[in-house]
Amino acid sequence: MIEVRSISKWFGEGSARTCAVRDASFSVGHGEMLYIVGPSGSGKTTLLSIISGILRPDSGSVTVNGVDIWSLDSDALADFRLRTVGFVFQDYHLFPRLSALENVAIPLVLRRERWETGLEAAHRSLEAVGLASREALSPKKLSGGEQQRVAIARAIVAAPDLLIFDEPTASLDGDTGKKIVGFVRDNILNGQRAIIIVTHDERIYEFASRILHMEDGQMTGELEKIP
Amino acid sequence: MKGLFLLALKLLLGDRGKFATLVIGISFAVFLMMQMTSMFFGIIQHSAANIINIGARMWVLDPAIRTPLNSIPMPGYILDAVRSIPGVEYAEPLYMGAGLVHLDDGTYQPVTIIGLDDATLMGRPDLVAGKILDIYRTNAFFVVKDGNYAKLGSPGIGTTFEINDHRGMIAGIAQVPLGSLFGIPTLYTTYTRATEDLPPTRYSISYILVQPKSAQDIPKIEEQVRNLGYLALTDQEFIRRNDQFYEFQTAMGINILIMTLISFIVGLSIAGETFYMFVLDNLERFGALKAIGARGSDLVRMIVFQALVVGFLGYGFGVLFSSALIGFSRLRIPNYAAVINYQNLLLAFGMVLVISVVSSYIGIRRVIRIDPFDVFRS
Repeated sequence: MIEVRSISKWFGEGSARTCAVRDASFSVGHGEMLYIVGPSGSGKTTLLSIISGILRPDSGSVTVNGVDIWSLDSDALADFRLRTVGFVFQDYHLFPRLSALENVAIPLVLRRERWETGLEAAHRSLEAVGLASREALSPKKLSGGEQQRVAIARAIVAAPDLLIFDEPTASLDGDTGKKIVGFVRDNILNGQRAIIIVTHDERIYEFASRILHMEDGQMTGELEKIP
Repeated sequence: MKGLFLLALKLLLGDRGKFATLVIGISFAVFLMMQMTSMFFGIIQHSAANIINIGARMWVLDPAIRTPLNSIPMPGYILDAVRSIPGVEYAEPLYMGAGLVHLDDGTYQPVTIIGLDDATLMGRPDLVAGKILDIYRTNAFFVVKDGNYAKLGSPGIGTTFEINDHRGMIAGIAQVPLGSLFGIPTLYTTYTRATEDLPPTRYSISYILVQPKSAQDIPKIEEQVRNLGYLALTDQEFIRRNDQFYEFQTAMGINILIMTLISFIVGLSIAGETFYMFVLDNLERFGALKAIGARGSDLVRMIVFQALVVGFLGYGFGVLFSSALIGFSRLRIPNYAAVINYQNLLLAFGMVLVISVVSSYIGIRRVIRIDPFDVFRS
């Protein structure tokens, strides 16, 4: 479903020019939960941004469902992100002045769905993550784990084929992090969807289908899952 | 699209402090703009009160006259010459001058005396008490019941008074569309009595009021009068001439323009800065929206919508406060020279649009430059 071929990305100019990702290639299939792991500064987030259509690579291609996403213009790329990718950001990026329900409805609002239709779908999505009873609350009144689940509900509300998680356990304690990722594997991952998770939290490696290791911008190989 | 605007509205209303600052800032600017321009238009309008109240289609006047508050008397033969111009249906003299009324308490009150042609009474006011023919009674005057009426002791019909050492008697009470600018009561009488009562000058005709046979005759009449060395203007042209006098030949126009510009700049500064702060506070969220899949045009629409919402709300409140203050002032000062008309409403609206556009442009420039990659990097 996702083919990443020879992706490279450089930042900076002249002597300050550094390579964030060098010649990365791999593929992810439907029903797969792929981890990209490695130390801070290894280029994981840069690679994730390139795969999700946010950061243009200097070379290489990313093909999602047969479409080379970096051949699209900016509006088509925005549509690609809106219709194909669901994001769960490290800091969640929830809107504190909207309720949890309204936060979840945002992708549908951006897809020009009616507000009411968006809220109905958002309610179902919150039900799926077990937060329907808290939907009227502002994210500020929710715990870290609950905010994470609201972010997941927002990511899945438009039924995307690809889910992107950036350090999903970084702001959570160990137990909550494991519960959330376990919940994602058991309830969110399905045969029509792929999930890519960037993390350096070894405690959640057990939930991965595959684990790719990165260091200094290069894919250094596939890790064995730690039971 | 409705959902997008609803989302923008919720984001805007969610930050109550900034929302209130924005609306109050724009309301204040609109209030100031409306006050300034209302005063300006009010003064302009009231300064042309005599032209409007007398209601003649055309006026013949000395070319040196810029405003109806001053008149330069014309010789009698001009009246005959104007009457002989083809296209003139009829033309009648008008006397306009200042007199002094000696009040019962011993003080003097300046008044404007308007002398109407004895035969036709062309330019006469509507009466609310008395009969029009009573103007021919001995020493008869009609007093205008406006905001200055009380300055003459609110005289009723039959009240006698002393004017320029002559005896006068109120024979009717009139009403006119507009009060005078300088708060001076107005008395109407016949042309003959006016010229008898007021200190005589070599010439006595202040203006000649002309009724053209048709609108097509007006240019010919104007040309013929010009050949006589005088000026013929339609009522609207005379009003414009008066407007231009106040706008360009007194400091009033430029001062009010400066004050209006200052209030515009105040509004623009408050709204621009607060809106920019609002956008900066929400920059991360706009970045998240962009990352999720919002197009640049979606964010632009949201920001413009937010700026227009605060702009229109500020405009509404500003106009409301201004109207309330003018209304309240009118209760206290009946001739309060401030008017809200479509011109100052449009001017303030235009300025609010500019404030909204500039404020949103500042925000848009910032939002358009957000790199959604920063959302990941945070």
